[in-house]
Amino acid sequence: MSQEAQKERSMILQKEMIDGLFNDLANAKENGKKVCYTFIPGNLSELIRTFDLLPVYPEINALQSAMRKKSASYIKEAERNAHSEDVCTYVKCDVGMMMKGNIGPTGLKIPEPDILLLSYTGCFTFLKWFETLKREYPKAKVIMVHTPYQENAEMTPEMTQYMVKQFKEEVIPQMEAVSGVKYDEEKLKRHLVLAKEAQDWITKIFDTTKHVPSPIDAYFAGVYYIGPINIGFRGTQEAVDYYKELYKEIQERIRLGLGPITPEGEMKEEKYRLVVEGPPNWTSFREFWKLFYDMGAVIVASSYTKVGGVYDNGWRHDATRPLESLAEYCMNCYTNLNIPQRIDLLAKSITDYKADGYITNSIKSCNSFSAGQLPMMRAIEDRLEVPVGFIESDLVDPRYFSYSNIKNRLESYFQMLEQTKTIKKTEAAV
Amino acid sequence: MKTLNEIIEYCKVQSFDLKFTRANDWKSEKEGRVLVGYMPIYFPREIIHAAGAMPVGIFGGGDRKQIIKGDAYYQSYICHIPRSIIELALDKHLDHLDGFIFPSICDVIRNLSGIFKQQKIGKFVKYMDFPQNFLPEIGGVFYQQEMEHVLRYIKAINHVEVTTEALNHSISLYNKNRKMIADIYDIRQERPWCLTGEELYYIVRAGTVIPVEEHNAMLEIVCALIKENKGIPQDKIKVVISGAFCEQPAIGLIKAIEEAGCYVVDDDYMLGSRMILGDIQDTSAKPLEAIANAYIKQSQYSSSIYDVDNPKEYRLAKIVEQRGANGVIFASASFCDPSLLDAPIFQNAFNRLGIRYISFQFSENINQYKVIKEQVGAFSDSIKLWEDEPMPILQK
Repeated sequence: MSQEAQKERSMILQKEMIDGLFNDLANAKENGKKVCYTFIPGNLSELIRTFDLLPVYPEINALQSAMRKKSASYIKEAERNAHSEDVCTYVKCDVGMMMKGNIGPTGLKIPEPDILLLSYTGCFTFLKWFETLKREYPKAKVIMVHTPYQENAEMTPEMTQYMVKQFKEEVIPQMEAVSGVKYDEEKLKRHLVLAKEAQDWITKIFDTTKHVPSPIDAYFAGVYYIGPINIGFRGTQEAVDYYKELYKEIQERIRLGLGPITPEGEMKEEKYRLVVEGPPNWTSFREFWKLFYDMGAVIVASSYTKVGGVYDNGWRHDATRPLESLAEYCMNCYTNLNIPQRIDLLAKSITDYKADGYITNSIKSCNSFSAGQLPMMRAIEDRLEVPVGFIESDLVDPRYFSYSNIKNRLESYFQMLEQTKTIKKTEAAV
Repeated sequence: MKTLNEIIEYCKVQSFDLKFTRANDWKSEKEGRVLVGYMPIYFPREIIHAAGAMPVGIFGGGDRKQIIKGDAYYQSYICHIPRSIIELALDKHLDHLDGFIFPSICDVIRNLSGIFKQQKIGKFVKYMDFPQNFLPEIGGVFYQQEMEHVLRYIKAINHVEVTTEALNHSISLYNKNRKMIADIYDIRQERPWCLTGEELYYIVRAGTVIPVEEHNAMLEIVCALIKENKGIPQDKIKVVISGAFCEQPAIGLIKAIEEAGCYVVDDDYMLGSRMILGDIQDTSAKPLEAIANAYIKQSQYSSSIYDVDNPKEYRLAKIVEQRGANGVIFASASFCDPSLLDAPIFQNAFNRLGIRYISFQFSENINQYKVIKEQVGAFSDSIKLWEDEPMPILQK
């Protein structure tokens, strides 16, 4: 009984937070609040809050539209207006939603942006996306933050200084001008302290998959867990409270020896532990997840949950170096890592979390993730000798989710995993 | 080489020499020479030249290289150029090259730099992060640091310390190169029949794989000869090609557009060779700063540069107007994010401005042009039928 009550509490907390945000957005203009559209990778939540701005995340609207089966019509609307079939479906879903009145996933209208904060981090499409939106919202101020890519697997002082200069001379003055709020570094520091605390908690939460059975699924459930830290609540007490509560619930699951919770209840038997690379499909999210839990497969780590920040290696926001810290945060998001860094990170996850295999969900319209996934997969296979699998789908375009194809591939993959396990057992017995 | 035909034939061979013979010969002529490969779109070749090295443009295998291994590196829904570049590398076409530069074009080319690193191809691999901040004291400084990074890599190989004089000399050579290419385009604007689009393409592309001094010498002759050459005009419309700035269309496609009734009076095929508009200051005490400032203030529009307060659709419309073109052909490589994501911006604007256009997609290795030729032919015919309509007046 207490376990269910605890479980419900973290979910309720998250629902309250998100509903509150969308309500605030729906009433933003009446309440004189300024609205800032921005992206998850490299999201400057603490800075946005310092200027009392309300954030809108177009990718989140797109994925939520997909989960509510609305994305197909939005994408078609965009394609009727010269958007190619072959580009990012998040962009098309967002543009289509705007063309159809900009009614958000909760049914409430999303206000027009006052600021388009272009955190150009790890995804070139972001740049094109806001170029497109700027033409639709000519009054909005576009603030570009160019995040240097970790091409040499490092964040150099020059890269950090480049970003800090952008913050000081471009981003902050423009945010002051639009918001009418003066920059208060002490306020930013307070948010950064809370951000660090949330980062500590979420790291501990994703680290619980070291337990066997894993108490959580770090991909399908993980996408819910990263919600608060990624969509504007990082840097708030609410986010810290949410993660504390979630951690407490997971600890209770560990104590009871329970596996992850799925949409159909508790997973009974953990047969395979996997690490997944790539975002999930959102249009058939439940069916997609079911393909895994029906086979007893639990995801013990995923790259996608690091898209809004990589905290595994100990990096945290640091209130003593506020702007430098924001810069490092942006540079340290998963898709801003180079290919060898990604391989190292994923290989470490496979080892640390004792994964039986590695699987890539390659997203048709997301080159930021997809370009390079095949050699990454082979590098991991060569390094760790784990069975690797490959499936393809899309973010929010239902035309590219083929249930039977994915099922066939996964069934073959799980057979391979089973065979590998049998061989290993036999070898161990000899 | 004295005649136009001789030069064109030479350039034709060089443009598609996927073994980069001329560059390799240049390297073997003297001990310690370095070759640095660079991918599209743009790279400041001046700095490589000043470091005693030679820049070598790598624009994929086109329709001249069968892809076998490359397809194992990329999913079907990723553009063609990275798979042909990796194929070239794995088949040892790039073995003589010492380093590789991947300019920031898109996520695919960026991640290709990581694959080169992971596969340990070359002595260095540099993803060149061009600034998207256009203040000289912010983005300009960062850009200079990026260039210095490249120079450190080259110095580690050939131990050449780049001097201000060497940089200014190299800048002047490339200024001359750009100027003469611009002259050829200007001459063709008035008399596009003096040199076909195919011939122009060979001449410009060859410049990316031979020493700049040689290219300049050839360009001087070409400029002189096409000024003399009267030629015979044909009943064709004038068009501007846009969108083919990275993965290159096959020659067959370039020819098909002309054969379908178009004079191509401007294009972005080899955009990198024409990226900087006008000269870069070649007498500066801070030449890297001069290069950075030129990039920030004098760049042609590009789908890979955030266009801030200088919208690309109006810049392309201006080119159409200045060239006296009748319309635009948007030719995007299949699955090319920068080009395809720009399509609605261009097309919505051109609908408002009344500029006629068509669009299609291509892949570097396609060799069936019938459908595209018919489409371009219909476009050409439709413009000829309404040729009395005045050109639109450009207004933002």
